[in-house]
Amino acid sequence: MKKKKLAGVFLSLSLVAGALAGCSGDSKTSSSGGGSSKSGDTIKIGANLELSGGTASFGQSAADGLKLAIDEINKEGINGKKLEIVKVDNKSDAAEATSGSIKLVSQDKVVAVVGSATSTNTLAQVQVAQDNQVPLLTPTATNPDITNKAGKLNDYVFRTCFIDPFQGTVAANFASDEIGAKTAAIYVDSASDYSKGLAAAFKEAFTAKGGKIVAEEAYVTKDTDFRSTLTRIKSAKPEFVFLPGYYEEVGLILKQAREDGIDLPFMGGDGWDSPKVVEIAGADALKNTYITNHYSPEDEDAKIQDFVAAFEKEYDKTPDAFAALGYDTGYYLADAIKRSGDASPEKIRQALEDVKDLQLVSGTLNLDENHDPIKSATILEYVDGKQTFKTKINP
Amino acid sequence: MELIQQLVNGISLGSIYALIALGYTMVYGIVKLINFAHGDVFMVGSFVGFYAITVMDLSFIPALLLSMVTCAIFGVLIERIAYKPLRNATRIAALITAIGVSLLIENGLIYIRGAQPEAYPNNVLPMDKLDIFGVSISSQSILILSVSIILMIILQFVVHKTKIGKAMRAVSFDSEAAKLMGINVNNTISATFAIGSALAGAAGVIFGIYYIKIEPLMGVLPGLKAFVAAVLGGIGIIPGAMVGGLLLGVIEALVSAAGYSLWRDGVAFVVLILILIFLPQGLFGKNKREKV
Repeated sequence: MKKKKLAGVFLSLSLVAGALAGCSGDSKTSSSGGGSSKSGDTIKIGANLELSGGTASFGQSAADGLKLAIDEINKEGINGKKLEIVKVDNKSDAAEATSGSIKLVSQDKVVAVVGSATSTNTLAQVQVAQDNQVPLLTPTATNPDITNKAGKLNDYVFRTCFIDPFQGTVAANFASDEIGAKTAAIYVDSASDYSKGLAAAFKEAFTAKGGKIVAEEAYVTKDTDFRSTLTRIKSAKPEFVFLPGYYEEVGLILKQAREDGIDLPFMGGDGWDSPKVVEIAGADALKNTYITNHYSPEDEDAKIQDFVAAFEKEYDKTPDAFAALGYDTGYYLADAIKRSGDASPEKIRQALEDVKDLQLVSGTLNLDENHDPIKSATILEYVDGKQTFKTKINP
Repeated sequence: MELIQQLVNGISLGSIYALIALGYTMVYGIVKLINFAHGDVFMVGSFVGFYAITVMDLSFIPALLLSMVTCAIFGVLIERIAYKPLRNATRIAALITAIGVSLLIENGLIYIRGAQPEAYPNNVLPMDKLDIFGVSISSQSILILSVSIILMIILQFVVHKTKIGKAMRAVSFDSEAAKLMGINVNNTISATFAIGSALAGAAGVIFGIYYIKIEPLMGVLPGLKAFVAAVLGGIGIIPGAMVGGLLLGVIEALVSAAGYSLWRDGVAFVVLILILIFLPQGLFGKNKREKV
C-alpha cells in the first residue's frame, strides 16, 4: 500500500517535471530560433573543436584563432549584425564530435559549423552537415575523404587547409631532392585516418621518384613503448623515416629513437605542430627533423606579421599553424556570410563555393572542384627545438 | 644481435609491469580483492612526482619518496572510504566498487586539471647509453630493473620476516581466526594498502622519467597489463608478479619484433586467457585442492 502511494507521488512529480522541462525547452528553442538567422542582430556560428583530450592542443589553437578573427570582424559587423560563436568541446573523440554537431545544428540553430581540427573527428561530422544542409568548415583536417569520398562531393563541407596527399607528396619530394634519400621507412599511426593518408601519398610519390620503401611499421594512438618497432626499423637500414603522426606519440618516438641510436632524418606533417612535441622529445632529439606545414610565423609577409602581432597581443604566445588556420576560417566564413545576403545556410554554402582569390594569412584561397584549397606548403626544420622556416613549395 | 636488443627492450618494459604488479598481487594476496584502482594510484603517483620535480624543484630520490608517501596515504584513504564498508559484502560488490573508484579517480583528476598530457623534464636522471656488442642498454632501464628487484626483495622481507608481515599472512589465511588471536585486522589491511600503493607511486615516478609523457588515463592499460602479469605469475605470490611482469614485457617485445606491433596488446590478453584455461593458479602457484 505504502509502496504504491510513494510510486504515485513519484510518478506525478516526474510528470510535472517533464512538463516543465518541455515548456522551458520549447521557449528556449523558439527564442533562439528567432534570434539566429531570421531576425535579431546576431548570427550564430558553431565551433565543434578539441578543447580537451589527446589532440586538445590543435583544437584550442584553432579556437583561439577563430575567436580573434570573429572579434575583429565584430568591430564592424556584417550587414549590421554581429557573429556569435557557440562552442562545443568534442573531447578529441569522434562520437562526441558527431553528437556535438547534432546539438549545434538542431538545438542552437547555427548557420554554419567550424570543426574539427583533426580528420577523424571531422569525418564523424560530415554526415550531420550533409543531412541537415548546414555548411561544415574544417580549419585543419587534411584527409581527402572529408570533402570528396569515392568520387562523390560532399557539397556542404569545406576546408581552409591543403589535403594529405599534397603534404605526403611534398615530403616525398623533399626527401629525395633535398635530403637525397634513396630508401625510406614509414612509421604510421594505424588508428588515424590522417596518418594513413599522408603515408599512402608519401609512398606513392617516393616510389614514383625511384626511391624504395624498406620498412613499413605501425603503432596505435596512446602507445608509449616504441622501442621494439624502432629496433626493427633500425635494422632495415633506411636513409630517411617518414613519421606522419600526432605530437604526443611523435615526441615519444623521436626520443626513444634517438636514445636507441637512430640518427636518421625524420619528417612529418602538421600533426607535429605543437609545443608539446618539443617538451616530450627534447630539443636534442628534434635535431635533423622536418615538417610540412601551412604557414610559418617567421614568414616576412605583411599580412602574416600583422596577424602574429595581433595574436601575440591577445594570447601572449606565438600562433601555430592551427591558430592561423582557425583565424583564416573565421575570415573565410565571414566573407561568405557577407556575400550570401540573408545568411541562410544554403546561401552561405553557395558563397563558400564561389570564393575567389581571398587573401588569408595562410595564402591566397581558391577552391578546386573537390572543395579543396589550392595553396602553397611551407617546410620547417627544427633547430634547437624551434621551428625555422626552410622553404616554401607551391602546388 | 637484433634479438638480444629486443630482449633488452622487453625487460625494460616488463620491469614497469612488474613494479605495478607487485602492489596488485600483494593486495590480492591479503584481502582477496582485485583492486582495479591500482593503475590509477600509479597515475596519481606519476603526477605527484611530476609536480614535486617541476614545481617544488626536488631531485629524483626526494620526489620518489614524496610520491610513495602520498600514494600510501591515498591508498589507505581509498581502502577506508570505499572498500572497508564492503568488507563483509560479496566479492563481486567489492570488485564493482573498485571499478567505480578507478573511474572516479580518473575523471576527478580530469575535472581538476584537464585531460591534456604533461611531459616530465628530460634531465631528471642522467641518460647514459651502454653499448655492448652493438646492443644498446640505457642507464635508465637498468635503474628501473634494479629498483623493481630491490623493492621486491624488501617486500619479501617485510612479508616473511616482520611482525606486520606475519599479521598479513595470518589475515590472508583466515581473517576471523586472526581477529581471535588479537590481530588488528583493519590496521593490517590498511598497512597492506599503504605498501601496495607506495609501490604503485614509485612505479608512477619511474614511468614518468622513462616514458616522459603522463596523462590522467595513463594508468588504465598498464594497470590491466599488471593484472595479467600478476595472474601469469600466480596472483597473490610476490616473486610470481615479478617474473610475470618481465615475461609479459618480453612477450610483447617479441611480438613487435616479429612485425606484429599492432597485435601487442591483444597478445597480452590472449596470454591471460591461456593461463586461465591451462594453468589457473599461475606459474608459481600451488595447485590447491578445494575442501568440500
